Amino acid sequence: MGNAPAQKREFVVKSRLLEPDDVRRALVRISHEIVERNKGTDDLVIVGIRTRGAPLADRIAASIADFEGADVPSGALDVTLYRDDVALRGPRNLEATTVPADLDGRNVVLVDDVLYTGRTIRAAFDAVLDLGRPRAIRLAVLVDRGHRELPIRADHVGKNLPTAATEVVKVHLQEIDGEDAVLIGEYRP
Amino acid sequence: MMKHLLSMDQLSSAEIVTILDTAESLRSVTDRPIKKLPTLRGRTVCNLFYEASTRTRISFELAAKRLSADVINFSADSKSSVAKGESFKDTAWTLEAMGVDAIIVRHGSSGAPHQLSQWVKASVLNAGDGQHEHPTQALLDLYSMREHFKDLEGLKVAIVGDVLHSRVARSNVKGLVTMGADVILIGPPTLIPPQAATWGARIGYDLDEVLEEIDVCYLLRVQKERQSEQLFPSLREYAALWGLDSRRLARMKPEVLVMHPGPMNRGVEIGADVSESPRSIILDQVANGLAVRMSLLYLMLGGRSEDGEVFE
Repeated sequence: MGNAPAQKREFVVKSRLLEPDDVRRALVRISHEIVERNKGTDDLVIVGIRTRGAPLADRIAASIADFEGADVPSGALDVTLYRDDVALRGPRNLEATTVPADLDGRNVVLVDDVLYTGRTIRAAFDAVLDLGRPRAIRLAVLVDRGHRELPIRADHVGKNLPTAATEVVKVHLQEIDGEDAVLIGEYRP
Repeated sequence: MMKHLLSMDQLSSAEIVTILDTAESLRSVTDRPIKKLPTLRGRTVCNLFYEASTRTRISFELAAKRLSADVINFSADSKSSVAKGESFKDTAWTLEAMGVDAIIVRHGSSGAPHQLSQWVKASVLNAGDGQHEHPTQALLDLYSMREHFKDLEGLKVAIVGDVLHSRVARSNVKGLVTMGADVILIGPPTLIPPQAATWGARIGYDLDEVLEEIDVCYLLRVQKERQSEQLFPSLREYAALWGLDSRRLARMKPEVLVMHPGPMNRGVEIGADVSESPRSIILDQVANGLAVRMSLLYLMLGGRSEDGEVFE
């Protein structure tokens, strides 16, 4: 317990799809779209899904503060306990959920790095609804790689990436990985 | 994560930290309007209690319910099949046949949970067995200490009272020693077992001697029902020599923590004013117990990963 799995699979990078500047531009555009869609910053709350959605949410909030001059609260959501695959995958380390104040009547923008099957977003809906009753929930993702298993779509997308199911999309962020990048590759056993 | 929790012996310091960290994440659920998580939906947890209990049973029941598990309470009292003479083993197999996923057991005999774990496929959690162990109490106590002192290593903890009959003391000593704390056992010589010298704790008989140096004063319940065994002269003498009153509290460090596993005998091991002083975290212990038990149920029943490893 607590240690890395015995045989760690090796991630082999096939190509780098987004460089630091691409990530920055995508996030700035998403930030503008969010404010435009919301017709201002009133009642807006940006909530990142842990792990990598959390720093993205903070960056979007900072970017909105930058060009709009308004403070938009941002927070982080750990959806582990709401996932539908807990019984299959086993328990994972939990991180803190830090959602600002009251979500009742607010417009919550969920932020995640990669949109794939949609199951994480489904879990996030349940987690948000247990914290309050927002007026609306919207979804912003840095990368949409397709292969949805649930009828979920993103309102704001940084980059649409058509992928094969065997491929793995990894988002690296300065705050966690030391660099901003989106990589595509495969796991070798 | 281990399948059963029978003794603090089985936990490494890394595992204890994982349990406490997970509890910390779960603690905030208690403060929100909807205090329920869907994580253990469809799982069944049975409280199998052969001994009286209020806080432990309710705490486990609430912890399971907060994680959406179904809970069955079985008390071996005059209204149960045990009163009709059913054996422990048959009761266990009956529960197994009904498909429970975890059995939380309290029993008067030391080792009963261990025995149970060999009979059933369900996870077994020891909620107190005889004079042996009470691991979830020790974990919630470690959690409560860690809330106030970031690092348990080097923390000076006095465990005061009837160490001989106390499963709480045994589990706490093991947990504290694993985490690197400095434990001192204090009590009447008749109530400190001779083998305690091998537990990795210091032994002292005089509470007044250690007052100034300790960070935590952990008081054990005086088991009044054992008074007939004449292990100490009288409750009054016990209170005078080993009871924590406001006079002794005043001599301790200002940041000292006063802890007690409950139920308290006010005026014996603890003065009424001490139990209600700002240094007492006795009610925090109860609240933290819920989070720690949720953490254990999640880690033990949350499912099995394919490679047998729990964490990524």
